[in-house]
Amino acid sequence: MTPFTYARAADAATAVSGAGANAKYLGGGTNLVDLMRETIERPEALVDVTGLAQAIEARADGSLLIGAAVKNTALAEDRTVRRDFPLIARAILAGASGQIRNMATVGGNILQRTRCAYFYDNEGSRCNKRQPGQGCDALDGFNRNHAILGTSHACIATHPSDMCIALVAHDAIVHLEGRAGKRTIPLTDLHRLPEGHPEIETMLEPGELITAIEVPALGFGRRAIYRKVRDRSSYAFALVSVAAALDIEDGRVRDVRLALGGVGTKPWRAWQSEAALRGAPATEVSFRRAAEAELANAKGYRENGFKIELAKRMIVAALQELAA
Amino acid sequence: MSMVEDAKATVQGALQTVMKTAVALAPDNWIPGGIPDPIMRQQHGSIGKALSRIDGPLKVGGTAPFAAEFALEGMVYAAVAFSTIAKGRIATIDTAAAEASPGVVLVMTYKNAPRMEKVPLFGSSPKAAGGADLTIMQDPSVHWNGQPIAVVLAETQEQADHAKTLIHVTYDEDPATLSFADAKAAGTDQGMFMGEPLHAEIGKAEEALAAAPHKVDAAYLTPRHNHNAIELHAATIAWDGDALRVHDASQLVAHTAWSLSKVFGIAEDQVRVSSPFVGGGFGGKCLWDHQVLGAAAAKLAGRPVRIMLSREGVYRVVGGRTLTEQRVAIGADASGKFTALIHTGITAMTSHNAMPEPFILPTMSVYGADSFLLDVRVTHIDMLANTFMRAPGESVGTFALESAVDELAAAMGIDPIELKLINEPDKDPLMGLPFSQRDVEKAYRDGAERFGWTDRPKTPGSRREGEWLIGMGVATATYPYHRMSGGAARITLTRDGHATVDIAAHEMGMGTATAHTQVTADRLGLPIEQVVFRYGDTIFPGVVLAGGSQQTASIGASVIEAHKALVTELLKLAGNDSPLAGLKPDEVGCFDAGLAALEDDGRHESYASILSRAQRDELVVEAAAPPPLELQHWSMHSHGAVFVEARVNAVTGEVRVPRMLGSFDCGRILNPKTGRSQFRGGMIMGLGLALMEETEFDERNGRIMNPSLSDYHVPVHLDVPEIDVIWTDIPDPHSPMGARGIGEIGITGVAAAVANAVFNATGKRVRDLPITLDKLL
Amino acid sequence: MNFNINGETHQLEVDLRTSLLDLLRDHLGLTGSKKGCNQGACGACTVLVEGERINACLALAVQYQDRAIVTVEGLGGEPLHPLQQAFIDHDGFQCGYCTPGQLCSAVAMAEEVRRGLPSFVTADLSSDVMTLDHDELRERMSGNLCRCGAYNGIVDAIAETYAKEPA
Repeated sequence: MTPFTYARAADAATAVSGAGANAKYLGGGTNLVDLMRETIERPEALVDVTGLAQAIEARADGSLLIGAAVKNTALAEDRTVRRDFPLIARAILAGASGQIRNMATVGGNILQRTRCAYFYDNEGSRCNKRQPGQGCDALDGFNRNHAILGTSHACIATHPSDMCIALVAHDAIVHLEGRAGKRTIPLTDLHRLPEGHPEIETMLEPGELITAIEVPALGFGRRAIYRKVRDRSSYAFALVSVAAALDIEDGRVRDVRLALGGVGTKPWRAWQSEAALRGAPATEVSFRRAAEAELANAKGYRENGFKIELAKRMIVAALQELAA
Repeated sequence: MSMVEDAKATVQGALQTVMKTAVALAPDNWIPGGIPDPIMRQQHGSIGKALSRIDGPLKVGGTAPFAAEFALEGMVYAAVAFSTIAKGRIATIDTAAAEASPGVVLVMTYKNAPRMEKVPLFGSSPKAAGGADLTIMQDPSVHWNGQPIAVVLAETQEQADHAKTLIHVTYDEDPATLSFADAKAAGTDQGMFMGEPLHAEIGKAEEALAAAPHKVDAAYLTPRHNHNAIELHAATIAWDGDALRVHDASQLVAHTAWSLSKVFGIAEDQVRVSSPFVGGGFGGKCLWDHQVLGAAAAKLAGRPVRIMLSREGVYRVVGGRTLTEQRVAIGADASGKFTALIHTGITAMTSHNAMPEPFILPTMSVYGADSFLLDVRVTHIDMLANTFMRAPGESVGTFALESAVDELAAAMGIDPIELKLINEPDKDPLMGLPFSQRDVEKAYRDGAERFGWTDRPKTPGSRREGEWLIGMGVATATYPYHRMSGGAARITLTRDGHATVDIAAHEMGMGTATAHTQVTADRLGLPIEQVVFRYGDTIFPGVVLAGGSQQTASIGASVIEAHKALVTELLKLAGNDSPLAGLKPDEVGCFDAGLAALEDDGRHESYASILSRAQRDELVVEAAAPPPLELQHWSMHSHGAVFVEARVNAVTGEVRVPRMLGSFDCGRILNPKTGRSQFRGGMIMGLGLALMEETEFDERNGRIMNPSLSDYHVPVHLDVPEIDVIWTDIPDPHSPMGARGIGEIGITGVAAAVANAVFNATGKRVRDLPITLDKLL
Repeated sequence: MNFNINGETHQLEVDLRTSLLDLLRDHLGLTGSKKGCNQGACGACTVLVEGERINACLALAVQYQDRAIVTVEGLGGEPLHPLQQAFIDHDGFQCGYCTPGQLCSAVAMAEEVRRGLPSFVTADLSSDVMTLDHDELRERMSGNLCRCGAYNGIVDAIAETYAKEPA
């Protein structure tokens, strides 16, 4: 670990004004500390933001405002979340371990970095995300855990979060504070596709801090599924996960939310599937067609081609279960 | 080899053959174990009781000291830098920035490392412990991707870790053989194991196969594996002049001490290696580069050194199990009797080690057949030297063999258990030796009944609950009885009736210390509270490898000899004034804290009385175990029947194992509580082998790409069902205590049982491990 | 810096890079908490912070000043914590290296269940009452690896200590 300075911020404004050019905001540290140990991250200063907003506010309009420093466990445990946003609770509980969920913050979860083994192998492998222009050893390497959607010739690394899959399904809005002031951005727009620049992962401006996550009310959100498939039964990243909520009226899909984990270079909202489903009969045929629509642009690599069929099957199974 | 050496080898080989024949034909009572261990007669002692681990309070309290938990005065911390090429030379290595970094005491590279001899390669002499026949940090050459190229010592671990990242290296790279396909294309050699070719032929197996009315012939693949003991490899090391003190995490302290003495050119007794607690071994906690580098750096710096490898470092420095490509072909007549049994294949190793994964070992004794063809070929890859990992050979060999037997049973429409029992041999199928004890059928019958085998779906893919397809599978577990030369033990008996056994054996969680406290208590006729078993230190006698499931036998045989010496000495001390007067050692036994005539238990005198009269505070005896000739006189093997229920998700291909049962025939079980844990632990590692474990070796640059516990998957709590374990408990009349080691058999057979259950659930046969969900979509 | 470990206050200055785990092991001599991966993948370093379980290897010590930290050394003593005794009785370990982490994790896990925190395998997330059945217990403990494979004994020990019904 490269030496750094440490300061604890009392509030967002102090955090933002105190964070210099090579500073990093420190949440629970479950990803950042690990990356610093690997010297993939080498901040000169850490600004500890775990003391910032920790409230989960259930607002009158049915929406939620979640402080960025809320621990993952606290969010999954919250009564309102469990009742009205079970997808979020379930997705969080699908990720990591009890210990890590107790440490990790909501803001940190969103900004966690890929677990691509070539990204992590700082000394021995090439990675465009770590070192722009170096090349990508994952393209033809061990890529069982890698993305099939949103990939580029430069990068096929997945965003590893479970929580984000539920949040993008819920149209979550990220509240930011930076030197230029406060702003919001939809979570679906926060993460960038790698294209030619996998090193630029989000739309955050330098020094900008996530202060809260807003989750709009979703009338049919109480009936939702988060299903995760991985290489062992617990404590592993997703090969494929599906977040789904379905609103059916008179046998037709009135509305739907669908997002995929483990397959995208960013938390993947399945817009194509959703578009294919709205207004369609709630039948297996429609579900299959919707799955095909989303995966039409998927690209399999050396080891992960199976994810295309697996993702389709999981979408269909999730929708069928919700329709039953 | 020169002509003289050739001739010498031929003569030695011939002598060995003559010796072997002589040992095989010798009367039983000339052979160790020929007269059953008298302790088998005792029915009411401590052996067989479910005693809780004697080291339990230390372990649950967090006070059991492991290798990295000895703090020495003035100690510095080590960090190791690794190569990023597979083969070539270091062209330049710039350590200036690292040396200037705060807290750094020393940066050691090949340029300033002390001159050291090679670690003698394991198997090259009785106490050799080296994993590879290479010098360590003596020149710029690089032999594998991940080889240590520098060691940094600093006042704190943080400083050492940081400074390590400031070292800049360039290489001159040589072409390397990295892919298995390329290595095979370059040619294969005969695999040699313990000095003998891994090859056997009886009759004309290929012809018999061709002529057989029923046959299977298939290829099976198994990947590389890593031990992944949760304790990181570590040592705390100090020099005092030319005396070297190593607190190690070791399953071979005596081997390590001798080998380090050769490396540093000092006397064996100048090296003390101790390892009171080992956080899991499984074949991995042996002598690798890190102990040598730690000792070298300590010598150079003149300070004690703590070296604890990172998890990545363990993958880079400590070898694992290598990959195999196996063929099993079986020909059977109409009744199912095997007319041909062929098990051949290729495994990869390096040009500087001697460990072909001996996957044909199980096939050498499990079934009878009219003809055999067994063969292991090796190829060479430029990689970290592979090594033994739990049940080398049998773990992956039983996957191929027992999958193939299941395939034949399915093809013939015979219940696989019946097919196995039809082919149960009445003597060792290759050696012709009698079995020392073999109750395979009982293990199968008992297991089948308890598991509910009759409920197995008759047609594959026919049972379903919701999304889950359900099936059952079975496979044979097997592992030989081993005992290696070199065992020795010391017993100290005090006047107040306390006994201490000292032996340089190891406790890595097998329950060794607990079980041998029980055995010693029974052997000496003492309550267990009055017995202390000390181990894990080269100040104690014996060369006792904790490997090959041989430690129990080695300790047992050593303590038997020490006990004989103790009885002899006690009778001498007892003299003519004792009720024991005139009795010979073989006419007395140990009962009630003393000696008694076997024929007349009224003739008894307590140890206290004997020692008091002789005015002795204590009696110390030491003895060595006899050479393990029993191995050439009987065919000695343990067996088991592993039953598995598998559930395969029809949508996702996920496999779950909700039920497992192991029914074992392993001689007498010394402690059912710790014994059950050994079996279960092995079976869980087998579950990992079956479903998820694989070391990813990138064939483009020879780099292991999942060197972490998040990317190399081992089973977690939720993967593991309640595992039922039963055993025949029939003593082996020819082994110490009637026991055979149980450390490895648990992992064997499991992968095949899972694969067979998956076939029964789905109708899909997976022949390459691990059985991941994509193979079942 | 002030650290409150097992009820005792320790005042010392450490490198900002020092993890809570290395603080305990290398600076305070509390070696009960184990290092198995140093990256949050094995759970051997699990300690309690104000009763909550965390991985000490991923925690920078500086972040945990003045927090009430309990390690395996602080769980029990004479007599042992009931869970420690249950681990011995049920042979919930072999080598003993993952044991301190399993113990600390289970103590906090039981409290999570008591206060009603659901898990991924909980059928009804909105329920107020959580039961510690076999699947719940194993899912909640899956952040603690045991390579010796003492899982059955660990589960039995935890169930005996905390579950009303046998797991």
